[in-house]
Amino acid sequence: MSGKTGEERPAATPQPPAEAGLPAAAGGRPKAPVRRQSSRRRFLRSAFLVGGVLGLAMLGYVPVAGARRTRLRPPGALEENDFLSSCIKCGQCVQVCPVAAIRLDDIDSGFGIGVPLIDARAQACDFSCDAVQCILACPTGSLTYRKPASLATRPGMPLARAPLLKAKEKDAEPTLNLAERMGIARLARPDSCLAVLGKGFRGQARGADFRGRLRYVERDRWRPVAVRDHPYERDLCNLCVTECPIGDAITMQVRVAADGSRQHRPQVLEQCVGCGVCEMICPVDPAAIVIAARQPWAI
Amino acid sequence: MSASERLRVMFGAAPLKPERITPEAQQVHRLKRMSKADFAALKQHARDHQLVNHKWRNRRWAVLILVNLLFTFSFWLDIQMLEGSLTASRFVGFHLIDLNSALQVMLAHRHVIVNLFIGTATVFVLWVALGGRSFCSWVCPYHLVAEWFEWLHLRLVAKRLVSDHEFHRGARSIFWLTFALLAVLSGYTVFETISPTGILSRALIYGPSLALGWVLLLLLFEVLYSRRAWCRYVCPIGLTYGMVGAISPLRVEYRLEHCFHEGDCRKVCMVPHVLDVVIKGRAADLKTPIGPDCTRCGLCVDVCPSGALVFDIKGLDRLL
Ligand code: SF4
Ligand code: SF4
Ligand code: SF4
Ligand code: SF4
Repeated sequence: MSGKTGEERPAATPQPPAEAGLPAAAGGRPKAPVRRQSSRRRFLRSAFLVGGVLGLAMLGYVPVAGARRTRLRPPGALEENDFLSSCIKCGQCVQVCPVAAIRLDDIDSGFGIGVPLIDARAQACDFSCDAVQCILACPTGSLTYRKPASLATRPGMPLARAPLLKAKEKDAEPTLNLAERMGIARLARPDSCLAVLGKGFRGQARGADFRGRLRYVERDRWRPVAVRDHPYERDLCNLCVTECPIGDAITMQVRVAADGSRQHRPQVLEQCVGCGVCEMICPVDPAAIVIAARQPWAI
Repeated sequence: MSASERLRVMFGAAPLKPERITPEAQQVHRLKRMSKADFAALKQHARDHQLVNHKWRNRRWAVLILVNLLFTFSFWLDIQMLEGSLTASRFVGFHLIDLNSALQVMLAHRHVIVNLFIGTATVFVLWVALGGRSFCSWVCPYHLVAEWFEWLHLRLVAKRLVSDHEFHRGARSIFWLTFALLAVLSGYTVFETISPTGILSRALIYGPSLALGWVLLLLLFEVLYSRRAWCRYVCPIGLTYGMVGAISPLRVEYRLEHCFHEGDCRKVCMVPHVLDVVIKGRAADLKTPIGPDCTRCGLCVDVCPSGALVFDIKGLDRLL
């Protein structure tokens, strides 16, 4: 570096007596006043640079502290703080997902930039990969089959038993290697649920423009199909129950009222892993059933 | 320059004049002084016959673009060659993890799993062999974009529309320490939020993001205010690889006898303090390895009219 920069001009004012410099400013010789002035300016500039860049980097706290959005993380994700600190933001989990359910967050998420999330309504994780490939791909253990004992676990997060994958029912090992849930499904809008209203459903679940895909085992064990190419015909809507990829996660509760009429209502059970297929497939808009991301099972 | 002196310079100190100059080097320095007219004639001759040469730059751009495209196409075309992004990836099954990202994650999370360790070790060995900061000029996508915008900056400077503002190079060491400290204290990989390397790499592979706005701001700052500011004064990735570079055998070497001291190399270099040795009278020996902060970009090798700067592998002449 040539030492002096073009724009420095000698100043008429007397020089400040002492020089506050960063460690190891130039060699031993005493400096001419102009040099001293310019290196003082350079020091101030450098201090501004350090302060400015660090200040901007710390803006990452704003969305984290505000916790504005509770993101649904991929299966096997560590508790949120551990997840944010351990994820190296490589996107290898994104690359292996056969239904492209995972995407990476943007800079408006602060420290969450580059961290994977799932927007279940747009594309849920339906376990098309059969073995939770994203966990397998993760190089840092941010996604993990089983958490190391030293890391936090909340009650209600671990699944009582290994989740049964309906698609693998006939296999020797039909269970998913997943120890904790991602969240829990909730019938958030019972008033709009077609089953509660006693209504059926006919046609494309999410309309002709919907791009989400789902694995329909009866069609192809391996290749997910666009939801719009798989129209339904139900006298009573139960898509959330039938399309749920996990066994014993959700049922249709039937109650006989005093007048003898039958009332229906989807009921989420403890084996729900929070994958979000029910939220994606629900034909009413906004969905009657939604995922409470990262929430534990509570009775 | 001794090895410790080269490290000192990398961390931000100004290069010092050498205390001892070998007799051979003294002889060359003296020869260059004695025949001033002849020397000037020689220099002119070398200038006249200078080939405008972009050999290394073209190779480097090709490699850089290829590596980044390999990432992109591995995902798009699903050819599974190089999966992941620059922070961490898998090359036909081998884990590769960027040293600085791994460091940040280890400090923030304080829990290291086997794959993370393996990937870090692989990359460490790789860059020790290939030469430390060559990551910067041969792989980092921000480097290439910044190199293009640097051209714009230099045009504006030539037209006197803007001027270059230097910072203290020690700032980068302070950044490195602070980001490491912040990772430990906050438990977040704070640096990753603003790392243009990660942002660009992810944008190339997974599509554009809002974060590109930040990269654009950085570039604007470099064009209008300070030449190559991010790489020179901020980026801790560069410093991490610089430390690795301190032990790499591959480097650029300076050969005093061939040098005419016109200083073109220092004008093109992104880290010109490593080339202080080319100043007349500075070289302490006939051959001097260029310091660890050098990115092995080869711009100086391309621009030198007399071949005084060459790529070299330490100890190779002994083997041959
Ligand atoms: S694979 Fe792991 S480290 Fe990489 S982005 Fe996904 S969760 Fe993060
Ligand atoms: S109930 Fe919904 S969230 Fe729960 S496992 Fe089934 S589809 Fe997934
Ligand atoms: S899919 Fe939606 S509307 Fe249909 S039963 Fe389930 S919650 Fe109700
Ligand atoms: S200093 Fe940082 S941003 Fe610049 S080339 Fe090196 S890694 Fe990339």
